[in-house]
Amino acid sequence: MEQNHVAHTEHFDPVASKIGMWLFIFTEILLFGGLFIVYSVYRYNHGVEFHLAAQELDVTIGLINTIILLISSMTVAMSITALQLGNKKLTLILLTLTILLALIFLVNKYFEWGAKIHHDIYPGSEFLLSLSKGDMLFFGLYFFMTGLHAIHIIAGVAILGVVYVKVKNGSVNQDRVSLLENGGLYWHLVDLIWIFLFPLFYLIH
Amino acid sequence: MTGTSTSHRLPSYLDYQGKYTGIRAWILSTDHKRIALLYLYSQIFFFLAGLVMGLFMKLELIAPGEQIMGPQTYNALFTVHGLTMIFLFIIPGLAASFGNFMIPIMIGAKDVAFPKLNLFSWYLFIAGAVIILIGVFSGDGPPDTGWTFYAPYSLKTNTNVVLSVFGAFVLGFSSILTGLNFIVTIHRMRAPGMGFFRMPLFIWSLYGTAWIQLLATPVVGITFLMVVADRMLDIGFFDPAKGGDPVLYQHLFWIYSHPAVYIMILPAMGAITEIIVTFSRRTVFGYKAIAMSSLAIAFVGYLVWGHHMFTSGMSETARLVFSFLTFLVAIPSAIKVFNWTATLYKGSISLEPPFWWAMAFIFIFMIGGFTGLILGSVSTDVHVHDTVFVVAHFHYIVFGGAGIAFFAALHYWYPKMFGKMYNKKIANWSLIGLFVGFNATYMPMFFLGYMGMPRRYYDYLPQFADLNLLSTIGSWIMATSLLAVIVNLLRAKKLSHEEMDDPWGGRTLEWKIESPPSLENFEEIPVVNHEPYELIEK
Repeated sequence: MEQNHVAHTEHFDPVASKIGMWLFIFTEILLFGGLFIVYSVYRYNHGVEFHLAAQELDVTIGLINTIILLISSMTVAMSITALQLGNKKLTLILLTLTILLALIFLVNKYFEWGAKIHHDIYPGSEFLLSLSKGDMLFFGLYFFMTGLHAIHIIAGVAILGVVYVKVKNGSVNQDRVSLLENGGLYWHLVDLIWIFLFPLFYLIH
Repeated sequence: MTGTSTSHRLPSYLDYQGKYTGIRAWILSTDHKRIALLYLYSQIFFFLAGLVMGLFMKLELIAPGEQIMGPQTYNALFTVHGLTMIFLFIIPGLAASFGNFMIPIMIGAKDVAFPKLNLFSWYLFIAGAVIILIGVFSGDGPPDTGWTFYAPYSLKTNTNVVLSVFGAFVLGFSSILTGLNFIVTIHRMRAPGMGFFRMPLFIWSLYGTAWIQLLATPVVGITFLMVVADRMLDIGFFDPAKGGDPVLYQHLFWIYSHPAVYIMILPAMGAITEIIVTFSRRTVFGYKAIAMSSLAIAFVGYLVWGHHMFTSGMSETARLVFSFLTFLVAIPSAIKVFNWTATLYKGSISLEPPFWWAMAFIFIFMIGGFTGLILGSVSTDVHVHDTVFVVAHFHYIVFGGAGIAFFAALHYWYPKMFGKMYNKKIANWSLIGLFVGFNATYMPMFFLGYMGMPRRYYDYLPQFADLNLLSTIGSWIMATSLLAVIVNLLRAKKLSHEEMDDPWGGRTLEWKIESPPSLENFEEIPVVNHEPYELIEK
């Protein structure tokens, strides 16, 4: 770890890129932090309605998705170790596995949302507008927060996809792991946010 | 030092020919200096657009009754004026243009840590601007909510709020990435020997600013997305009819937008410090105090947002606490002003144009600061809340402070950036014009506000007529002077290299290289072995 190492034409500083990634993760946490504040305020204002509305959610599918994301976090962490040890083939397999798990998460999400929409529960639906204010806010927050999280999953898949290609063509390799590490960090963030969303919406009674 | 620089000179960053030519050599360049100029030109463009809108508003207010526009046009005009000036000119402010140009040079690096990300930030900036522009010229007309987008009106109005809000979100993203880039650059790219306490104070102020950009912007980003969702998906986060809380919107908005004021003013203070130190020909008084006061302002600035909401419905305790914290900001701000004055004391002051600009900044900034105390204390704020007193106060801070510092920095670094010198006499006279015009425009508004004239109305009672007329005439003087400033800069002439490399006798690293700098700034990364601003025999 040489300080102030200066390359002449191409500047490559893995520490800098890791600091950059961590700073970016701070901003993502603050982005969701705004939503957590809104959630807490409205849960405080409409406690009973939030409690009842939460019982409408499907804990099983939420739990399955939680487990899927936890495993995917493990596989992405393993892929980093694999590349550090120089096992490119295993890295690619583990990355593929991570992306597959992410896609399964999205499919589950599709069915979960689909069931809600089928029951006429979606933002702006006539049925939802006829319910109490707390119900409207709970499902509003539910769709907005899990939706924003799903967008992050999609972004994460895209990032891991790029990393996959770069590992395959060798520009990310045993000596230059930082892009894979940063991709992994981002994926852990996406996982971490879900770890907070799951109890907030599905478990608290 | 100047003797060696003539022997061989690399082509400057302005002349350098890469693999692209024409406009692509600019919009595809990752050179921090070219990106800085892209920001500079776009910001000045937006500033002039905002200025024209301001002039029309002042013209409408020249006399009571409807003059040149009706209420709806006036509402749209002050909204778009605010959006343009705040989000497109002064929030990127000195950081995006002069910061981008100077950070790598002042810390002895060849570029920022992430040059591609830097260019991407500018693309996002332009994308945000285009989205806002589309919002202004399409749909059901430009937004009429004011730049604050207060709910629930921003959810109810038929005007094109969604695009403006979304544009502001994109601009926020650009600001975050710039801040991130600057923090990593300052941590990782300093030249050997350039410890944190050897950095020029402009860099310290940008460091504090970058943390605010990074940590405050996401909150308003998500708030803006919630407004978009409220309007498009009918969720009702901030709509009382659906259980939402409009006051919560104000909290979330000001958690960012008050620190944003420090995003605007901190780099301005940093640039003023550089100018005062250079032209007083002394080392700076209280280096560490100035450096730490930048961080203190950045930190305390987070905790004062409630003073925008004294009349919005908060508990008495909350109002008192926010008022107290607001007063705390005066301490680091005063530390800066006192240290500037102490730096001047017994200095061998050189009365060049940038110095006069800095003096104008201090004078106007102090009036802005003192009137801020009136607004920060609950009992007086309740009386002048939502009057033009508030408008006058923030124009003294944001335009008279950050805006004048922007032009001060432009006059200070112009020879470095372009290798040209403007006419100093015209620079001084246009400053005098601007100073007179500025005070004639905004000083009467303090009195008008105190007398009870509300803000954001196209019409007013007859007893306010005289002072409003004075204010409108002031706006003409101000605009003419600004025009003179810009024409004077555009007509700047090339001088010899000896005269241009260090025209002011500056002591920071940017004055040790060529004007304009070569592509990689330094042929060799310098080794820093002296304290900042130390006077060295040449």
